[in-house]
Amino acid sequence: MSVKLFAALLESLVYTPSRNGKLRLLRDWFATAPDPDRGVGLAALAGELALKTAKPALVRDLVAARTDPALLALSHDYVGDFAETVALIWPERPGANQPPPGLAEVVELLELTSKADLPDLIASWLDVLDSSARFALIKLVTGGLRVGASARLAKTALADWSGTPLDDIEEVWHGVAPPYLAIFRWLEGKGPRPDPNGAPVFRPLMLAHPLEEKDFAALHAPDWRAEWKWDGIRVQVTSGPGGARLWSRGGEDVSASFPDLAPSLTFHAVLDGELLVVREGEVAPFSDLQQRLNRKAPGAKLQQQHPAMIRLYDILMDGEEDLRGLPFDARRARLEAWFARERPALMDVSPLIPFASMAELAAIRDGTRAASIEGLMLKRADSAYVPGRTKGLWWKWKRDPLTIDAVLMYAQRGHGKRSSFYSDFTFGLWRGEELVPVGKAYSGYTDEELLWLDRWIRNNTTARFGPVREVEKELVLEVAFDAAQRSGRHKSGVALRFPRIARIRRDKPASEADRLETLMATIPDGGA
Amino acid sequence: MLAPHPETWLCTRPEGLFCKPGDFFVDPVRPVPRAIITHGHSDHARPDHGAVLATRETLAIMRARMGEDRAGRVQQEIAYGEALEINGVRVTLRPAGHVLGSAQVVMDWKGSRAVVSGDYKRRPDPTCAPFEPVPCDVFVTEATFALPVFRHPDPAEEIGKLLRSVALFPERTHVIGCYALGKAQRLISLLRESGWDRPVPLHGALMKLCRLYEELGVSLGPLEPATVANKALFVGNIVLAPPSAIQDRWARRLAEPVPCLASGWMRVRQRARQGGVELPLVISDHADWDELLDTCAEVQAPEIWITHGREEALIHALAQRGQRGRALHLVGLGDEEIEDEPGGGE
Ligand SMILES: [Zn+2]
Ligand SMILES: [Zn+2]
Repeated sequence: MSVKLFAALLESLVYTPSRNGKLRLLRDWFATAPDPDRGVGLAALAGELALKTAKPALVRDLVAARTDPALLALSHDYVGDFAETVALIWPERPGANQPPPGLAEVVELLELTSKADLPDLIASWLDVLDSSARFALIKLVTGGLRVGASARLAKTALADWSGTPLDDIEEVWHGVAPPYLAIFRWLEGKGPRPDPNGAPVFRPLMLAHPLEEKDFAALHAPDWRAEWKWDGIRVQVTSGPGGARLWSRGGEDVSASFPDLAPSLTFHAVLDGELLVVREGEVAPFSDLQQRLNRKAPGAKLQQQHPAMIRLYDILMDGEEDLRGLPFDARRARLEAWFARERPALMDVSPLIPFASMAELAAIRDGTRAASIEGLMLKRADSAYVPGRTKGLWWKWKRDPLTIDAVLMYAQRGHGKRSSFYSDFTFGLWRGEELVPVGKAYSGYTDEELLWLDRWIRNNTTARFGPVREVEKELVLEVAFDAAQRSGRHKSGVALRFPRIARIRRDKPASEADRLETLMATIPDGGA
Repeated sequence: MLAPHPETWLCTRPEGLFCKPGDFFVDPVRPVPRAIITHGHSDHARPDHGAVLATRETLAIMRARMGEDRAGRVQQEIAYGEALEINGVRVTLRPAGHVLGSAQVVMDWKGSRAVVSGDYKRRPDPTCAPFEPVPCDVFVTEATFALPVFRHPDPAEEIGKLLRSVALFPERTHVIGCYALGKAQRLISLLRESGWDRPVPLHGALMKLCRLYEELGVSLGPLEPATVANKALFVGNIVLAPPSAIQDRWARRLAEPVPCLASGWMRVRQRARQGGVELPLVISDHADWDELLDTCAEVQAPEIWITHGREEALIHALAQRGQRGRALHLVGLGDEEIEDEPGGGE
C-alpha cells in the first residue's frame, strides 16, 4: 500500500497551506508508515533520493499504446499537465489484482531493471495503482516530483514526532544514508545515536534576534563587538578528510551551486560566514547572488560573471578541536590566526567595526547606505557559539527601512487562516498619469487593519479575476522595504526587498502617492 | 409505415427542446405554456411556466425554491412509470438517479421513441431512485464529464479520506462546499453510511431542502443550523455550506476551517487548487466518462443527442462504437457542480 500512502501524503502536503498542518501530516507519516518506506519517503521529501529516472517519452509511449490519440489530446488540453493527464486517463484494469508496490520496492527495482524492461515494469505498476498514486509514481520515475514541504520542515516534523531536538538530528543527519534506518531506530529509542563517522555534517547555526529600541538602551558598549550585516546568504563551510560541503542556514547542501569555491576547501575546519557575489572588491546586489543559487549546476559563464566568495565571521571547529564553547573574542582570535595560516582563496574575514560608545555605533549604522550592507551585527564578546536563537547574545540591527506611499491596486485572498480575508496586496506608484505595480505585500498590518482592509476591498471592487480583485485606485498604503533593485521581470523595472505594509494612509489622496522616479532614486547609482 | 425519425418531431428552439406533436418543451430556459421538467436544479427548472408536468418530488422542490406562485400556474404530478397521452405523444417518466425526483422523459410517437435523460448518474445513491435504462431511437444525454480523465472514484473512499483528515485535525472544522439540492443530502447520507452520527451543522442556504428531503421520506439524521450561537458544535465536526461560503466571511465562525469541496471537477488538480480547496472530494451526481459510454450502449440508440457539456470527445468515442453523436448546443444548461444557484434554497 505504501506508494498509495505516500501519494496521499504528497497530495495532502500540496493542498495544505499552513505550516502546522504540514507538520501534522508529516508526523502522521513517520508514526504510521512502515520501514523502509518511511525513510525512502523522507529522502524524497528532503530531496536526497538518488533515483535512476526514466525519460518522459517512456511514459508518453506507454499511454499512447493504451488510449485513443484524439481523446488523449483533448484530455491533455483540458488538464494541462501531461503526467496528470496520464495518471487520470490510464485505463484501469479490474483484473490486475497483484498488490501495489511498496515505495522502497519501486526505488530498488528502478535501480535493478534494465532499460529494455523498464517500460513493462512501470506499466505493471500503473495498472495496479489509483490515479493519485499513478501521478506520484510518474513524477517520481521521471524526476519531476515537487513536494509541498522543505527538507527543513520534514526534519522539524521528525523532531516533533520523536521529541528529539532538531539540532541533534541535524548533527547525525548527513552521516546516515536513506532510508535512515539507524536514525529511526535511534529516535524510537531502539538503537544508539548514529555516529557521523568523519562525514561532513552540518552543525546548527547560531542565530540573531532583531534589536529593538528597548534592548538597545540596555547595551553597554564594552561588552559588544560589531560587524557589518552583509546582504548575502549565510553559509557554513565544512571541510576535512571526509569531504567538503557548503550548507545553507537550514542545513541544505548547496555545494553543487558553487563549484568555483570547491578548490578553496582544502583545509580541516568548520567556518561560519556569508556567501556573496563580489566584483572587483564590490559586493553585488542580492539579486546577483540569487541567480547563482537558482542554478544547481552553473555554467562557466555564470560563474565568471557572478563570481562567488565567502566572507568569514566565525570558526566552530579547527581541525578536530571544537571551539564552540569558547567566548566570541577567543574564537575571533582563532579565526584570524587560522586565516593567516591557511590563506584560503576566495575567502576573507569580515572586519570588526571599532566603536567607543553605543551612540557612535548608532551613527555608523545610520550612515550605511551601501546596497550590500543591511545594517550591523552585534555580538556579545563573552558568548559561546550557541546553536539556535538565544536572546541577548547576537543582535541584528538593521538600518531603518525605506518607505514609499503607494496606491493599492489589487488584492488577493490569503491562505489557511487568512483564506477568508483579502490579505495579499499589490500596490503601485505613479509613472506619468498611470499607476504601475511595484510590489506585493502580505504582512505588516495588525489584525484590526486587516479587517478594515478586507472590508474596504470588498466595498471598492471594480473587477474580479478568479481569486483577485481589482479595486478603486484610492487607498494609499505606506510600504516599508529594505532596498529597491532593478528588475527586468517587473513592468515597473524595479523590485522591492522585503516589502510590508507600515501604515494605512487614509489621510492621503491617491494623487499624492509617490512617483516611480522617487523609488528609482533609492537604488544606488540612481537606477538609471 | 416506417416510424418517423425523432428529428422530424423533436427539435431545438430558443426556449429549449420542443416536442412538436405534443406541443410541450422539456426543461425550457424561458417561460413557456407547457413544460416537462426533469429535475429541480435551477438550470433545468425555471419559474413562470404555464403548465408544468414533473414528479411529485420535483414539483415540491420547485415550490420550495421559487415559491408556490412561480412553480407553474398548473402543476401536474406524474409518478415514475405512469403513462400519459399528450396530443398523441405517450409520455412516461423514468428515474434518472441524479437527485430526488429526477426523471428521464420517455416520449413515444408513432412507433418512434426518444428519451431525454436530463442530468443522470449510475452510482447508487440512497437519496433517490436509481437510473433505469430505456431502449430508444434517440437518447438525449448530458456530457458534463465527457472526457476520459473523468472517472469518479468510489464515494465511500472519498468519505474515508475526509474522515481520516477529521481524525488528524480534531480541533478544526471541515467545511464542505456543496450544492444545496442533491449533493448536500447525498453527502449527509454517505456520512451516515460510514457511521458518522454527530449532528451535521448546515449553512442556512442548505437547511430548507434538507428539511424537504426529510418530508419526502429521505432521512438524514440530526441536522443543526450552523449559526454563531452553535459554535461549540463546530470543533472537530463536518459542516456543509454552499461553495461560495466556505472561504468567505461566513466561515469565520468555524474553528480553523479546512475548506473542502465535493465535486466531480475535483479530480483535476488545477481545478481543485484554483479555489484554495484544502481537501478535494471527488463526489459527483453526474455520470462519469465510462458511465456515459456504457449508458449510451445500454439504451441501444443509433443516435445520441448531446444537450450540454464536452460533446467533442463523446461524439468521437461514440463514432468508434457505431453510434452517431450530435451536439444540440442548448444554451442555459449549466454546471451546478461548482456554481451556486442564484438565490437557490435560501
Ligand atoms: Zn442537475
Ligand atoms: Zn444540469
